[in-house]
Amino acid sequence: MLETFIIIFLSTLFYLAIANRMRNYIKILFYQGVLLFLVAAFQLKEFNVFNLILILLETIVFKAIAVPYCLERIIRHNGITRETEPFLPNFVSLLITTGIVVGSILLSGSIDDIILDKFFFVGAISAIFTGLYLIVSRRKILTHVVGYCVIENGVFILSLAVGNEMPAMVNLGVMLDIFASVFILGIFANKIGDVFHDVDIDSLSKLKD
Amino acid sequence: MITAIYIIVSACIFTGMALNRSRVASMVLSALFLLVQTMLTVHGLLHLGETELTYFSFDALGLILLLTLSIISFPAIIHSRIYLTKPIASATSAAVYNAAYVLLITAMTLGYLANHAAVTWIFTEITSLSAAVLIYHHRSKLALEATWKYFFVCAVSICFVFVGILFISLALLHEGCPDLFYSDLMAHKATLDTFWMKIGFLFIFTGYTAKLGLFPMFTAGVDAKDKAPAPSGALLASALMNLGFCGIFRVYAAISGTELAEWARMVMMVSALITLFIATIYMVRISNFKRMLAYSGIEHMSVATLGLCFGKAGFMAAMLHIVMHTFIKSGLFFHFTQLWRTYKSKMIDDMGGYFKLNPFGALVLLLGFVSIAAIPPSGLFFSELLIFTSMISADSWIIFGITVFLLTVLLWAFSRSMFRIIFLPASKPIEKLSISPWESVSQLILFVLAAYIGFNPPAFLGELLLQAAAMIS
Repeated sequence: MLETFIIIFLSTLFYLAIANRMRNYIKILFYQGVLLFLVAAFQLKEFNVFNLILILLETIVFKAIAVPYCLERIIRHNGITRETEPFLPNFVSLLITTGIVVGSILLSGSIDDIILDKFFFVGAISAIFTGLYLIVSRRKILTHVVGYCVIENGVFILSLAVGNEMPAMVNLGVMLDIFASVFILGIFANKIGDVFHDVDIDSLSKLKD
Repeated sequence: MITAIYIIVSACIFTGMALNRSRVASMVLSALFLLVQTMLTVHGLLHLGETELTYFSFDALGLILLLTLSIISFPAIIHSRIYLTKPIASATSAAVYNAAYVLLITAMTLGYLANHAAVTWIFTEITSLSAAVLIYHHRSKLALEATWKYFFVCAVSICFVFVGILFISLALLHEGCPDLFYSDLMAHKATLDTFWMKIGFLFIFTGYTAKLGLFPMFTAGVDAKDKAPAPSGALLASALMNLGFCGIFRVYAAISGTELAEWARMVMMVSALITLFIATIYMVRISNFKRMLAYSGIEHMSVATLGLCFGKAGFMAAMLHIVMHTFIKSGLFFHFTQLWRTYKSKMIDDMGGYFKLNPFGALVLLLGFVSIAAIPPSGLFFSELLIFTSMISADSWIIFGITVFLLTVLLWAFSRSMFRIIFLPASKPIEKLSISPWESVSQLILFVLAAYIGFNPPAFLGELLLQAAAMIS
């Protein structure tokens, strides 16, 4: 069951590579949040009830609902155009994402570990590098935020993999998620959107030598 | 016990600073903060090796860095005060500035002393938050751009560190150790799973380079030091970089002496040389004084990282190097506020004839330049010499050659800009301001202190360095 969820999670990464509209990104973030909720629910069997409820609430309320809702509102409020404006054609993006996933599968081949499931490793590493790729290959700053959320999701999967042995790490991961995302979205929604009306990275390239 | 008092009092001062709008009260709170900071440092020096609140240990490395931070926090707070009064900042923005400043120093202090990988990580995250607030002090478009870039890069890098910690925790779990204390890492270093340690070190190193200022994540730090007010830029360019060094070193210590050591050294060397190359390129065509200081900072950090790659002698020289660099670089940043008031510009092309406009300040700036460029009597000369000696004794002639070549070009570029500011006449007439020589005294003390440490390192510092060096093999 867990494997199925992670495979679906991997397929959302491919969709991220070729999605043309901002709204699709937000939908994907919502689905990823739901998938992480399911993975956490199935994986963290040895957690105490209170802690488990906290983590499940974080995934469903924060990752799946609050962050996508916030992004959606920013798009509407700032009148951001719908296109994702990639630097590279979608086909190339798809190839690169495939390369990332294949690369992490190959890397996982050298793991012989009883604690870490290879599925978790592949899912996490692919998500982290796909997120980085989204950040470097898209023009809109809001897409960078989406890329960061995807990296966070990858990190969360990894912390779930060792969650039963090290519950503290899952809690720390959740803390990172909430602190950093709230701060990033906060700066974005309150400051950048108001100061720079046309929000792509060209408007943030005044600082240079 | 003292650590608990420190945390509680700092938290109270932080809240007080954020709520308070009166200048007198904020002065009292600053003095109180410096008092607890000194108290913790002295207590740590007297109780070397002890652990408090489970997660904070007064070990040699942490204490050296803490002592350095505590020494520069005195002039840093004094210069922040000057900065906020000339011209007078609004009460609200001064309150936010002061609160973020206290939070930054506290987070760095606790980050140095943390003996648990996850605790270091948490305090590094807090430094990003407080630094972001300081960078955004001027509320301008450019400040916003720098804040956004800095915080975004730090958020990504902090994710990297977290992933690295997770991988290392896997290696520790196999040894039956469910916690992440550095002492556990050291105790099991011979048997830790090499695959997880390798990939964990790679992620942790990459993540902390955002703080340390090495390739690949150094870029945001340069913008941040440029846009942050000079007294906070001083901390970002010195003590905060040391926190990155501390984070990397503590994991590297668990790798040194194992079969991975050679590989880890290679990773650090490649990153340091690329950084040195980039710093040199930018220094040659630099036009902004603060960015020049920022690039000089990443240059010195790459030299220190190279030192770390060459055994115990190299590491001790590197530690000495970052301690003295902290004093000198923060002194130069403190001095920048006077340059700004004189020229109303950061651009080197707008500056000139500084000797006529501010004689004592120019003398101090010249001494600062001599110190940062590692020209004797600068203390950095000795540490660089020691680092080069350790390179040569390891027969790394190629690394030595590249480093010396790049440093020579960099020195040429740096001195060209500095001499222009101090000696050449300005391109347009500049009105002479009356700047009190007292404002330069703190910088002078810092530069002389760095030279003194280089010539004649105090015995207790030597002992702490030896103890810290015992962690690597």
